[in-house]
Amino acid sequence: MADRTNGTRSEHGISRRTLVKAGLGAIAAPAVLRVLPADAQSNVIKIGHVGPRTGPLAGFGEANAFIHEQVRGILSKGLSNGGKTWQVQIISKDSQSSGSRAAEVASELILSDKVNLVVADSTPDTTNPVADQCEVNEVPCITTNCPWQPYFFGRKGDPKKGFTWTYHFFWGLEDVIASFLALWDSAPTNKVVGGLFPNDADGNAWGDPKLGLPPALAKAGYKLHDPGRYQLMNNDFTSQITAFKNIKAEIVTGNMIPPDFATFWSQAAQQGFRPKIVTIGKALLFPSVIESLGARGDGLTSEIWWTPHHPFKSSLTGQSARELTDAYVKATNRPWTQPIGFQHALFEVAIDVLKRAKNLQDPKSILEAITTTKYNSIVGPVQWTGQPVKNVTKTPLVAGQWQRQANGKYDLVITTNKPAPEIPVGGKLKLLS
Amino acid sequence: MVPLMEWVNIILQGALLGGLYAMFAAGLSLIFGVMRLVNIAHGDLIVLAAYLSLLATDAFGLGPMTSLLVVVPLMAVIGYTLQRGILNQTLGPDLLPPLLVTFGLSIIIQNGLLELFTADSRRLQAGAVEVASLHVADGLSIGVLPLLQFVTAIAVIAVLQLVFYRTALGRAFRATSDDQDVAQLMGLDNRHVFGLAMALSLAVVAIAGIFLAVRTNFDPAIGPARLIFGFEAVIIGGLGSMWGTLAGGIILGVAQAIGAQLDPGWQLLAGHIAFLIILAIKPDGLFPKVQ
Repeated sequence: MADRTNGTRSEHGISRRTLVKAGLGAIAAPAVLRVLPADAQSNVIKIGHVGPRTGPLAGFGEANAFIHEQVRGILSKGLSNGGKTWQVQIISKDSQSSGSRAAEVASELILSDKVNLVVADSTPDTTNPVADQCEVNEVPCITTNCPWQPYFFGRKGDPKKGFTWTYHFFWGLEDVIASFLALWDSAPTNKVVGGLFPNDADGNAWGDPKLGLPPALAKAGYKLHDPGRYQLMNNDFTSQITAFKNIKAEIVTGNMIPPDFATFWSQAAQQGFRPKIVTIGKALLFPSVIESLGARGDGLTSEIWWTPHHPFKSSLTGQSARELTDAYVKATNRPWTQPIGFQHALFEVAIDVLKRAKNLQDPKSILEAITTTKYNSIVGPVQWTGQPVKNVTKTPLVAGQWQRQANGKYDLVITTNKPAPEIPVGGKLKLLS
Repeated sequence: MVPLMEWVNIILQGALLGGLYAMFAAGLSLIFGVMRLVNIAHGDLIVLAAYLSLLATDAFGLGPMTSLLVVVPLMAVIGYTLQRGILNQTLGPDLLPPLLVTFGLSIIIQNGLLELFTADSRRLQAGAVEVASLHVADGLSIGVLPLLQFVTAIAVIAVLQLVFYRTALGRAFRATSDDQDVAQLMGLDNRHVFGLAMALSLAVVAIAGIFLAVRTNFDPAIGPARLIFGFEAVIIGGLGSMWGTLAGGIILGVAQAIGAQLDPGWQLLAGHIAFLIILAIKPDGLFPKVQ
């Protein structure tokens, strides 16, 4: 990059560029020295990772550093496969929350770093371009943390054929619908629902009149009013609020980003709209968002991918879900978030695959190990059986409510486990009004 | 048919939102008017002000509104320093260098905030006033906060107008705006005048940032999305006209509200269309002061 800037300042004795280059070299050198012992060249196996560390999706990638540290610690003694000990190197790159950047770094990982396995996480903006690069370059790839429909159909996947090199584990839209319905069925309402769906990939999928919420809700006896797709970063929800008031909606649902939900939620109060249940996907995942809403965060409901109460254990570290989040909270002094479990599971599965691959030098052999995975991870069992499609396996999804505890802190309480009975319920749904 | 009262409500809420857009726009309009600088980092500076207010409320236990007492002067100082330290170096006959530098600044601010405050979605909590409202008639409630925001916008615009047309500082602003070389011959130090203009601009940014942060959540990356409405309000109102900027903000807010009522998908589009129509009919905006 520095070379491309024009050299107007080259009249100085030492140009700034030289200084910057030298500085960067000095910073980078220890990293290179640490990971490349000269005698172990042939026994090195590389995992490339892509995730968002900066930009609007940075919240999803927040636990990256912690998880990488943890995994590097476990792998410091190497990984044994076929009677040999292999050094495992993890090269992580930032997608900067952009799809094109994700594709660019994935291709760097494949072509210049020559990684043996690619893993990626967090939203279609990361998983899809990375998986596409891997498919084209015939490199095995495992992804997570993106509902499977945007992952599979967003990449123009054909359920009959599927993909060859790329595999994914997470839940899907049908699970969201099932858990939302189970949540609403647990309390008495007039079953009139107001829908808030933005004009983005998630909003269009959720609000789709054929495959989204509308037909499923109608079948379950709910009356959904969908005013139409609004644009992201909306500043005014008056027209939606007026419409919901007119139909006397007691439930509000949708898929929103946190700023949009916050705008809607203050305006609803200002304009006298008081629903009984508010169940919103995406916006209400992170504790920081709920904290930012103050007292008005109490009682909001959301889908739940993973919590410390989930009854699963990491087969890599032996930690329970609670032990993993405790370790995270201790190490970072930050509240736990749902993506942590999936980021840990991603490396669990990757390492399991590398342990089982017959020939680590052969991509086909690694791919074969992926397809024969039968693994109990911290987010549940991972095994690609061809359901719902060849390249996707699903993890359990439940729903629950943010409830304020006596100490003023919010706790995410699982209030319904109908779609996944193996996950224990933590409390009862409380109505907002 | 939608009842009349609903339309009144929709248009009124849109007009109140216009106040916020006008505050986004006022600072932009001011510096473009004085020094022909298009500040791409304006949206990020709004977010920076929001974070400064967050720090002030956390550290001193101030409410968001009282934190203005700290944040407004602080942002003004940042503005003056920024202008004297960096932006003055880039000003010249070519519009491109300041554009690129503020673009870079935008990226630096976003990533700096991400490092310092993480990607958490934050909000300033103003307590009961956030959800308080005045019940005007059946089906018509006006939120206290949007109303306060609108009144503040009018006050800010009025003060800027006074400064511009009734004070020596305003005369200096207008003189440099008209002809930089002649202004210098008359003994004005352009670098200082520009610094003061940026200070004033960022003082307004601070107020806008705090209202935005009470109204909705913010995180380090949301700045640029807020910038476009500011630009549009400036163009609709006409460059250099403060009251025009307010009118531009209101027109934008009302157009969006009407669009949303027809179909939520048309909300932003309606605003952009209103902007394009005005640009087509009156390319200088409604009340142009600067050519």
